[in-house]
This record gives sequence, structure tokens and C-alpha cells, in this order.
Amino acid sequence: MSVQPVAFDPRVADIATRDARQAAMLRARRISDVRADPAWLRWSVIGIAVAFLLLFIVVPLVNVFAQALSKGIVAYGAAIIHPDTLAAIWLTIAASLIAVVLNVVFGVIAAWAVTKYEFRGKSILITLIDMPFSVSPIISGLVFVLLFGAQGYFGPWLQANDISIIFALPGIVLATVFVTFSFVARELIPLMREQGTQDEEAALSLGASGLRTFFKVTLPNVKWALLYGVLLCNARAMGEFGAVSVVSGHIRGETNTMPLHIEILYNEYQFMAAFAVASLLALLALVTLFAKALLEKKVAKTAAGSDA
Amino acid sequence: MGSRRSSRRRSVIPGFGITLGITITWLSLIVLITLAALFLKTTELTFERFLMIVTEARALHALKMSFGLALAAAAVNLVFGLAVVWAIVRYEFPGRRLFDAIVDILFALPTAVAGIALTNLYAENGWIGRLLAPLGIQVAFTPLGIFVALVFIGLQFVVGTVQPVIEDLDAELEEASATLGASRWTTIRRVIFPVIFPALLTGFALAFARAVGEYGSVIFIAGNLPNVSEIAPLLIVIRLEEFRYADATAIASVMLVASFAILLVINLLQRWSEQRTGKL
Repeated sequence: MSVQPVAFDPRVADIATRDARQAAMLRARRISDVRADPAWLRWSVIGIAVAFLLLFIVVPLVNVFAQALSKGIVAYGAAIIHPDTLAAIWLTIAASLIAVVLNVVFGVIAAWAVTKYEFRGKSILITLIDMPFSVSPIISGLVFVLLFGAQGYFGPWLQANDISIIFALPGIVLATVFVTFSFVARELIPLMREQGTQDEEAALSLGASGLRTFFKVTLPNVKWALLYGVLLCNARAMGEFGAVSVVSGHIRGETNTMPLHIEILYNEYQFMAAFAVASLLALLALVTLFAKALLEKKVAKTAAGSDA
Repeated sequence: MGSRRSSRRRSVIPGFGITLGITITWLSLIVLITLAALFLKTTELTFERFLMIVTEARALHALKMSFGLALAAAAVNLVFGLAVVWAIVRYEFPGRRLFDAIVDILFALPTAVAGIALTNLYAENGWIGRLLAPLGIQVAFTPLGIFVALVFIGLQFVVGTVQPVIEDLDAELEEASATLGASRWTTIRRVIFPVIFPALLTGFALAFARAVGEYGSVIFIAGNLPNVSEIAPLLIVIRLEEFRYADATAIASVMLVASFAILLVINLLQRWSEQRTGKL
């Protein structure tokens, strides 16, 4: 096997770098001429921003891992494979999975309804879909206690039929669905509105059924934005604390999600263990951040592509 | 929104009835009926009783704490959030790309994690608390601690709304302003500021709305002393645990009405900013 050296044309490379350099210089000069702020302003803003980000993001994040590993990797591992922790991890995954699936189905249907048709009261509907976003998580949990708790409106009926919602998985899922209600729809609606209805109309006029049009035309158009919504929805669902705390009952090993387990460990002064569980959620946040950055590029490409 | 067609033809896309039906049903089940239950429960109280609950010293203090500190935290976020975005978008400095990426983690970091991390940092023997203690400044387990937690969770909203606007700032506007002889300061004040102002307001309102109802990151660092460092959402939880449902719902309905009012303001602001910038 012989390696054929790729022909190197210095002229081409030269032109390319010269163009790039020229463009960069042009850009740099333009900014330095009229759009540049005075040096004192530039350096104070940078100083304030960096200090603020270090204080509020970097140091707390480093602290989580430092505390989690403060007693060594063995103690860290032991805290994580503790049965109560593992139970909390499984419950968190199960509840988030159900909540995300429900919100994806709803989010796609809702986004379709408000972007593919014109009807009265549409803006009110969009406002209502957005509403759970600005409701306190505690209130999101409280309403389900008022409905399904022992003294709630449906409490006696549920008890008579031996169905438990509050202090059980259904309550945790309901509270999680409530707080992440608008996450998927929020990401889809602006994109689908921008994309319009021409693609769907073309598919339909060629004889495709409504469902086939959705799966073959609409879904591929919005898949990255959908995934982005799923990512944000999942991050919030797994980390939700307030709403879940109200409906869960904090039964160790049974209705304790990861954030609630962190609280219990912390209140019992098992700080290292609390930070060990917290470090798992912090890792999830870092993974989400990474995936988000990748997806943002894809979403931007889809949006740009739809203009052409 | 530009032109609106006066008469809209029926859409050729099938499924209007079923998708709208499912949307409204699911919305009603999860959001509307549940929130209606809250108000229904509140109407079981007489007006005098309701007033007594929400104006009782402890409840009033908790509400003042939540709303007052949320306002202060949102204001701080407005200033520092703008500095963060401006530095990241407009300046070049070591670590800029890293900061740009990491600022997004605020979206994904669970509140309980933030809560214990901040408490641990600002406690008297913590990394930051240790430096502040000799100065006589105590952050953890005081209202100041609540404020720190609210700044932490609110920052993402100012950054999230302001960053896209500053990235999209039209360079030609600034150049035109400079060409016409405006000083840099005048350009910032008269050209840049009016463009980013609506986004700043929206970010402020979102940060405020989130901070008012915040629970997870606050309860660890607050110390939770009644009439000192107790927030309204915590008081709701305490009343619920005491089976004083009427008290819990009364306080909750006050908070809910306030958040709806904020949501309304956000919507009006967005409409106003859309009209000003002429964007959809």
C-alpha cells in the first residue's frame, strides 16, 4: 500500500489564508474603530462578568465535586451504591421518562394545532400552555394534594377504590408533568410557525394521508428542535424538587427522588453522601449542556434551511 | 405581525378538530382544573378569614421576603446579566468561549444541587463564608443567603433573553451613529440601549417570576426562621404539613394571582417590543 502525497498548491493555500486574514483584519479594524468601547469600560465589564460567573457558576460547581470526593473515591462509590440512593435513581429515571413521553406527545400535538391552523383564541391558548412556567413549584404540587390528597376533592373516592396518587409514583409524575408542561411545545411552536404549511400542503396534494404527512414531512423538519425540547424537559424533570417534594411523602427507598434524597441526606448531616448524589445530577447537567450545544447548531441549521 | 387576512380559508391540513381537542383536554386536565381547585378551595373561606390568614404577621413577612428579595435579585441580575452577555458577545478575553458555554449550565443544574452547594460555600467554615466571616458578614442562614440563591437561579433568564438580541445587534446602526458624529457613550445610550431594553425588561420579569416562587435552592441556605428568613413557598409547605389546608391555599392563591399579573406584564412587554423592533 503506497501513500500518495496530496498535491500541495502553495498558491491556493496562500490565497485562502490571505482572504481569511484580510477578512479578519477588516472585521477587527471595524470593531476597533467605531464599535469598540473605551479600554477602561471593556476591562471593567470583563472583570465584573468573569468575577460574577466564577462566583456563581464555577466555584459552586467545583465545590459539589470537591465535597463529594472529600472522603475519597471509595466512600463516594459506597454512597452511590447505597440501596436508598439506587432506589432514588431508579424512581427519578422512571418518573422523568413517563413525564417526558407525555409532554412530547402533548407538545407535538399542541404545537401542530397552534401552528398549522388559524382560529380564534389562539394567543390565549399559547399563553395558557406557557402558564405552568411561572407557577411556583410548591403551588404545582399543592394543587394535586388538594385534588387527590386524603382530604382532597377526590380523596375519599380514591381511598374507597384503593388507588393512591399522592405519596406514590402517579403523584410524582403528575407534579413533574405540570412543571415541565410547556418545555417541548415552547421549542416547537416558534420553529413550526416559521416553517409554515407549504410542505404539508404539498405532501397532501400529492395524496399523502394526514398522519403520513406528519411522520414524513413535519417530524423530520422539527426533529432537532424536538430533541432540544426533550433535553430541557428531561433536565428539569430529573432535577425538580419543590413540586415533587409536596406530593412525594419522602418515603425512603420508595417515593424519594434524587433531589429529595439529597435533602434527606443533607438534613441528616451526611454531607459527603448528599454531595455524592448531587454530583450525579451535576454530571447530568454537564451532559445536558454538552448535548444542548451540539443541538443548537443543528437547530440553527434547520431554521436557516427553512428560509431558503 | 404584519398583515392579517380578514377572511381565512379553511386549512387543507386535516386533523384540526382532533389535535385542538386533545390540546384543550390535556391542558384542562393538568393545568386548568388543578388551578381551579386552588381557587375553589380558597372560596371555601370567608373573606374575613382569608384576609386574616394573608395579613397575619408571619404570612405577611414571608410574602414580603419572597417578593422583596425576588425584586432585588432580579435587579442585580439585570445589571450583572447584561455585563456577562456584553463581555461574552462583544469582547475577546481568555476563557471567553468556556464562559459562553458554561453559563448555559444554569438551565440544567437542579435547584437542590445549587442549594446545598451555595449553603456549603457560604457557611461560616465554607470556602467563601470563611473569607466573609472576619468582615462580620454572615450570608448562610440569613435573608442575604436567600438573596444569593435567588440571584443564582435568576441569572439564566436575563442571559437567555438578552444574549440573542445583542448577538443580532446591527453593526451598521452603530457605525451610522458613529459616522454622524455621536460619541461612543451617546451611541450606547441612544442607539444600543433602546434596542436591548425590551429584552432586558422581559429577562427581568422572568427572573422575578421565577425567584418569587423559588423553593429548592432557597430552603437550604435560608435558615428558615419564622419572621426572619422564611419564604412564602416554605410557609405553604409548613401549613400543608400541619394539615392547615385553608391557610396553605390562601397564601398560594395570593402568590398565584401575583404570578399571573407578572405573566400578563411579560406578554404585554413582548408585544410592545415586537411592535418596536418590527419583528414577528
